[in-house]
Amino acid sequence: MEYFNGLFNYWVVIVLMMMGFYVVIAQHNLVKKIVGLNIFQVSVFLFYISMGKVEGGTAPILGDGIEIYSNPLPHVLILTAIVVGVATTALGLALTVRIHNAFGTIEEDEINALEDEESAPAILVEPEIDEEAIR
Amino acid sequence: MAAPVVVLLRRPNAAWILATLVTWTAFAISLTLMAQVLNEGAFVYPIGGWAAPWGIEYRLDRVGALMLVIISAIGSVVMPYAKASVEKEIPRDRVYLFYTMYLLCLTGLLGIAITGDVFNLFVFLEISSLSSYVLIALGRDRRALTAAYRYLIMGTIGATFYIIGVGLMYMATGTLNMADLATLMPSVIDQRTALAGLAFLTVGISLKLALFPLHLWLPNAYTYAPSVVTAFLAATATKVAVYMLIRIIFTVFGATHILEILPSVQSILMAFALVGVFVASGVAMFQDNIKRMLAYSSIAQVGFIMLGISMLSTLGLTGGIIHLFNHALTKCTLFLAIGCVAYRIGATRIGDMEGLGRQMPWTMAAFVIGGLSLVGIPMTVGFVSKWYLVLAALDKGLWPVAGLIVIGSLLTLIYIWRVVEAAYFKPVPEGAPAIEEAPLSMLIPLWVTAAASIYFGIDASHTLDIAIGASETLMGETLP
Repeated sequence: MEYFNGLFNYWVVIVLMMMGFYVVIAQHNLVKKIVGLNIFQVSVFLFYISMGKVEGGTAPILGDGIEIYSNPLPHVLILTAIVVGVATTALGLALTVRIHNAFGTIEEDEINALEDEESAPAILVEPEIDEEAIR
Repeated sequence: MAAPVVVLLRRPNAAWILATLVTWTAFAISLTLMAQVLNEGAFVYPIGGWAAPWGIEYRLDRVGALMLVIISAIGSVVMPYAKASVEKEIPRDRVYLFYTMYLLCLTGLLGIAITGDVFNLFVFLEISSLSSYVLIALGRDRRALTAAYRYLIMGTIGATFYIIGVGLMYMATGTLNMADLATLMPSVIDQRTALAGLAFLTVGISLKLALFPLHLWLPNAYTYAPSVVTAFLAATATKVAVYMLIRIIFTVFGATHILEILPSVQSILMAFALVGVFVASGVAMFQDNIKRMLAYSSIAQVGFIMLGISMLSTLGLTGGIIHLFNHALTKCTLFLAIGCVAYRIGATRIGDMEGLGRQMPWTMAAFVIGGLSLVGIPMTVGFVSKWYLVLAALDKGLWPVAGLIVIGSLLTLIYIWRVVEAAYFKPVPEGAPAIEEAPLSMLIPLWVTAAASIYFGIDASHTLDIAIGASETLMGETLP
């Protein structure tokens, strides 16, 4: 029980990680895949944050009576990683929007079927003006 | 760097001029840095004046300098070519965004080569990856979108695996600086944390470098991306991932001899590399679309590079590094040639290329040079690196591996031959529209890379010296 409680955060991390990973692999809906990817990434954020936490520690600021403080570095790192994650999600969703415009569906099976039909030379699709997809 | 300025410019021509200037300057700077590294040895530049291991530092040694030169050279060679090709393949109102993303991607890749901090590496990795997803999505075909999406999913998983690995390493050692990690690693390598970290790092990076069986994102991404993007990414993106793996295995975990302690890991890497060479070459033989064929061939060549690395000897690593350089040149030549073909005939299928050898003699001649180099015919760069890989295999007493390398190279001949046959030995189809040679602005960069792949094949001493020096540095770090 001690083993479980002491590492509770890490158990959560692993469960979340596997859930996210499974969703990414198993789901055929492009948006759901991105949701899975997010869960996967969030588990890593949690992992870093638990790693930096020191029991009983406070924020690492200079002040009276503060002696134990958490390691700020992993927290700062994960701030960067969150930004990266948001950017990735935005790009992924933007691509999904454009895929929807181009194929009319966001189900992977249907897209694959459509792609197989295009064995003939490339069909040109007029690219929509979509500022967001470009960023 | 200059990417945001390019967004502001918004005019295709102005954006192109600025981007070209920037890439050429980057190339000049990296050549200077290379010379400095060769003369004075590795050096360190702490960002913001914070000394490592607290601050982030840039650290440049021979391998890094070589990567820097490869990336910026390809980047600057592709630039003049990009103008005509991009105008043809990308809508005019988006051209400036193309250059923006191109520069961002270049920044990320250069950053990976130069950084001395594992987390900083992750940031650069994401900069280059995110911009390369966008570059791929700019392709005309709507399948480019799904290709980019798949690459995004796979790439993000790879990057996340990498960051988990970094986290585990940080847990074990409490540092993120590569040099610092290397000194601390031997004391913690017995812990499972560090081993798990290595495992995550290896899998994550292998996804990025498209090591068989983690290569699924690559063929579509290369096939449907605009020609310029394919040429640039094929020559640099996977190579940079290989560089990351070299850094992790030899610099960070070097002092622990981890792969020698765990020979099974080494043999797994080697097995995957060999299977990758054969499966990818086999698939390449049956492709109709040349871009897709070359993409599979890229996977095979990555297999060759990994083979060199997995031998864990100075000779093998030299072979791997020099193949990295040579393959970057070769693949760039091939994809640029195909880009010229696509520019004129608008298609990249073998069937459409019948008789093209007479209509576009310069383009196809460059393609043949690139192809020969890919096979590893003497007098081309491909020969030098294959030679070293075979030597390394023999040196380790791995006769079957050496034989397989030769057979794998011969497989390359088969699929290159199909293109050559179509282009030179088939008559021009009746009623086909007359096709002109590609414009000069595209031919010159093409021939620069083609000429370079002959020059470095005949006079390999420069590249060899650098590669040997680089691998000795890396292997030297492995010694306690």
